[in-house]
Amino acid sequence: MQETVQLEIFRYRPDQESEPTFQTYEVPFREDWVVLDAINYIKEQIDGTLSYRWSCRMGVCGSCGMMVNGVPKLTCAVFLRDYHEGKIRVEPLSGFPVERDLVSVVDDFINKLKDIKAWIIREEGQEQPVEEGEYLQTPAELAQYKQYSMCINCMLCYAACPVYAQDSTFIGPAAIALGQRYNMDSRDQGRDQRQEIIASHEGIWECTFVGECTTVCPKDVDPAAAIQRAKVSSTIDWFKEVLVPWGKRK
Amino acid sequence: MSPYHRPVPKTWWLKRRAYFLFMIRELTSVFAAAYCAFLLVFIYKLGEGAQAYASMIDLMQSPSSIVLHCVTLTFVLYHTITWFNLTPKIMVLRVGEERVPPLVIAGTIYAGWIVLSLAIAWIVLGG
Ligand code: FES
Repeated sequence: MQETVQLEIFRYRPDQESEPTFQTYEVPFREDWVVLDAINYIKEQIDGTLSYRWSCRMGVCGSCGMMVNGVPKLTCAVFLRDYHEGKIRVEPLSGFPVERDLVSVVDDFINKLKDIKAWIIREEGQEQPVEEGEYLQTPAELAQYKQYSMCINCMLCYAACPVYAQDSTFIGPAAIALGQRYNMDSRDQGRDQRQEIIASHEGIWECTFVGECTTVCPKDVDPAAAIQRAKVSSTIDWFKEVLVPWGKRK
Repeated sequence: MSPYHRPVPKTWWLKRRAYFLFMIRELTSVFAAAYCAFLLVFIYKLGEGAQAYASMIDLMQSPSSIVLHCVTLTFVLYHTITWFNLTPKIMVLRVGEERVPPLVIAGTIYAGWIVLSLAIAWIVLGG
C-alpha cells in the first residue's frame, strides 16, 4: 500500500465564509517531495479551488512562504519527510491579513520597501555619467553589505516577529535590513534620507530583539543583527549631535 | 470580500520556545534594574554612618533577603549570559574582508567578565 501523509490546510473563502476553517487532505508521501509539491498535488489532483502563491520552486523568488506547523518556512525548501510524524498544518504567513486560503495581503511590506528607499541614492549632481562606466567597489566594500543583499523578500521574518504581529506600523526586519544594505553600500549616499524612517518611532526602536527573524531567515540575512547595528549607529549619531552640535554628522 | 485578520492570542509568547525565552529575558531586566537601585540605597546607607550600615547588613542576613538574593542572582546571570551571547551579532568587526568570528568576540567578553570578577573577589576577600 502506498504511504500517505495528511495536510491540514487553512481555508478562507471570503465569498463563502466569514471565518477561516481547516481542511484535511491526504496526499502520497514521497521521500523527495517538499511541502509545496504536496500542495501542488492537492491543487492538481484533489481540489482546484485551493489558492496559494509560488513561482520558482527553488528558494529564489520568495513567494511560497507559509506557516508550516506554526513556523514560517519557504514551502519549496522543506521536505515532507522532515514532518512525517502526524499531520502537517499549513497556514498563511502570520502577521498579515489573509486574502484567500494561503494567500496573504502583502501590500504593507511592499509599501515599506518604498518608504525605506531600498535602492541606491546619489546626492544631487553626484550621479556619475553613463560614459564613465560603473561605480567601482573593492571586495572589502562589497563584503560590508553583501549578506543583507541576499534578502529575497519572502517575509518569513515578518511572520516570525511578535512586534509586527501586535503593531503592523513597525517597519520590520527585512525592510530595515535592506535599508542597512544600501546604507552600507559605498556607492550610496542616501543614509540621511533613510534615517528619517529607520530611526523613527516605527523604526528600529520598536524592535525588542527577540531574534526570531534571524532564526527563520532562509538566506542567512540576519535582520536582527542589522537592526541592532542600526540602533548602535543611530545612537552614535545622536551623541555626535548632542556633544558636537557644531560638527555636521557624517 | 474583505481580508481576514487573525487575532493574536494573549498567550503568543507561550507558543514558541524562543518567544518564551525572550519573555524571561525581558523579565530579568526588572531584577537587574531593581538590584542596581538596591545598590544605590546601600551606598546611601553607608554614607549615613556605621549604625545605619549595620542595620542594613542585619536586614540583608534575614532568610527572605537571602532567598531574594539567590533569585536575583539567577535572573541577573540569565540576563548577562543572553546579552553576552547576543553581542557578537551587534558588533560586527571586520579585518579586511574577513569578519572576526563571533566566538572570538563572545570569548573576549566572557574573559573580561571572569577577570573583572576575579579582581573584585580579590579586593573584597583578600586585598
Ligand atoms: S517558490 Fe520561489 S522561493 Fe519557494
